Amino acid sequence: MFAYCSDPSQLDGLTWLSCYLTTGKHFDFYWSFVTVLTLLAVTAPAALAFGFAGAMAARAPFLPLRVIGKTYTAMVRGIPDIIFFLFFVIALDQGIEWIMHQVRCPDWSEPIRQGLEFRVCPEAKVPHGSAPQSVHRIYGAGLAVFTFALVFGAFVANVLSGAMAAVPRAQLETGESYGMSQGQVFRRILVPQMWVYALPGLSNLWMILLKATPLLFLLGVQDVVYWARELGGAKTSAFEYPHPDWRLWYFLVLLVFYLAMTKVSEIFLTRLQRRLSHGQATADGEAQRRAAA
Amino acid sequence: MTMTCWETVNAYAFRALGHGERLLPREDFTLCQQFSLIGSGMIWNVYFGLLALLAGFFLATAVALGKNAASPWLRKPCEWFIFLFRGSPLFIQFFLAYEALVLLPRAGIEIFGLTVQTSWLSRAWAGALIVLFLNTAAYTAEIFHGALRSIPKGDLEAADAYGLTGWAKFRRIQWPTMLRLAWPAYTNEAIFLFHATTLVFFSGFPAFQQRGDALYYAKYFVDKTFNPFVPYPIVAFYFILLTLGLIWIFGRINARLNRHLPANTRVRLRLRPQIIR
Repeated sequence: MFAYCSDPSQLDGLTWLSCYLTTGKHFDFYWSFVTVLTLLAVTAPAALAFGFAGAMAARAPFLPLRVIGKTYTAMVRGIPDIIFFLFFVIALDQGIEWIMHQVRCPDWSEPIRQGLEFRVCPEAKVPHGSAPQSVHRIYGAGLAVFTFALVFGAFVANVLSGAMAAVPRAQLETGESYGMSQGQVFRRILVPQMWVYALPGLSNLWMILLKATPLLFLLGVQDVVYWARELGGAKTSAFEYPHPDWRLWYFLVLLVFYLAMTKVSEIFLTRLQRRLSHGQATADGEAQRRAAA
Repeated sequence: MTMTCWETVNAYAFRALGHGERLLPREDFTLCQQFSLIGSGMIWNVYFGLLALLAGFFLATAVALGKNAASPWLRKPCEWFIFLFRGSPLFIQFFLAYEALVLLPRAGIEIFGLTVQTSWLSRAWAGALIVLFLNTAAYTAEIFHGALRSIPKGDLEAADAYGLTGWAKFRRIQWPTMLRLAWPAYTNEAIFLFHATTLVFFSGFPAFQQRGDALYYAKYFVDKTFNPFVPYPIVAFYFILLTLGLIWIFGRINARLNRHLPANTRVRLRLRPQIIR
């Protein structure tokens, strides 16, 4: 990074530190924070979409659809989510390869499960064996995001179906009396009003999602935890920047990062709640109306 | 060298505590092996969950009272404690605790001429238990604090009218009502604490002589067989049993806490979703 960093063994004190903290690997570490934020930014809307679909299915008039919706929301309860994270990623990976195998190699004679091994034909490997490393990494991250969205979607579905039930019935009846169809009532009356009821639950889930991101490390994504362990571990004199075991300090940085994220989210969500309550027939909305009057 | 299922159960039922067969299964990977070994790992999940819950209950009561105190000298530290443990991932807390505990001097610490051994602190049974204890104490304290704030005004006024003050008022009026109001939320907290115990051997703490928890052994089988469809559902099965047991016990306690109330005003247990902390 800096010109004077060419020979680290000659440096000491702050200059050493400034060089140490600007090595290529440290920039990977800093980027991994961006990775975590990106994954959050992708996962949160995806989970919301899954949840919305689940909540709609759970209140559908068509019985099989309703059963699917209810099963989906009930699925995650009672089972530690870490099991879901570990299970789904492998199951999904093998499932995709199995389907590809059926499509691309219909003449393959050997069984796929040979004792302890899961073997599909080379053409069915996803991503393809010859694909560059970056494709493998993106595929892995994609699987992780999908799993996160699926698991959190179940919780979101729970919150949203509660919120949909909380919208005053009179509001919907008013819509109906104006001659709106079921779909119109849903789109124009129910959905815009349910958010104020859903927000406390959703902000809770956001906090939980935020705190679940270190689990990406378990799914093999090179996230902040990976780099903290990698960089913090003791480095012998064979390395450019030898140092003892500094993992404690790296994890302290992660701790501060997560605490800061929590604090910022708390402030933002409180503001959002106040905004959404404006003009609503809730205690909060009523308090705002009185304060203004 | 094939074993009957009963022999397998005998060999592995207490493997997680270091009894029975020393080597983990290396061949066959029968359902029987998987059920015994993963079940054996559940001993640790129950151990962590139960002790953290019991000890955390008392600390949580103290912290909730502290957060409710008028003096900022008492209130602020309690608020920080709760924010620290609720605001950061348990996963990171485990890592951090392990790294910090490993740094303690191996030979022990001299205090007033006595040498205090510290090496046991970096072992999972103690270190992870401390983290879980503090973590659940923080979450529970927040629940108890909320319940303390929502004790009916009339109850407190009645206590004053009877001349109850200080400890007697707390012991006979505030505490039982706080517990009664907090119990449904506390039941969820207990369930998710047990779920959180699966993180112990996945984060900092290494399994000593391959004595791990249920998920540790499940992962062992998945790594050996590349088949997630058997071991993970077994863990799920055990956890569902554990959860049902917990709900039953907590339901009994809830019924007892509410026994003086008319049936239609009782607080119902309602399971709310919450996951990784």
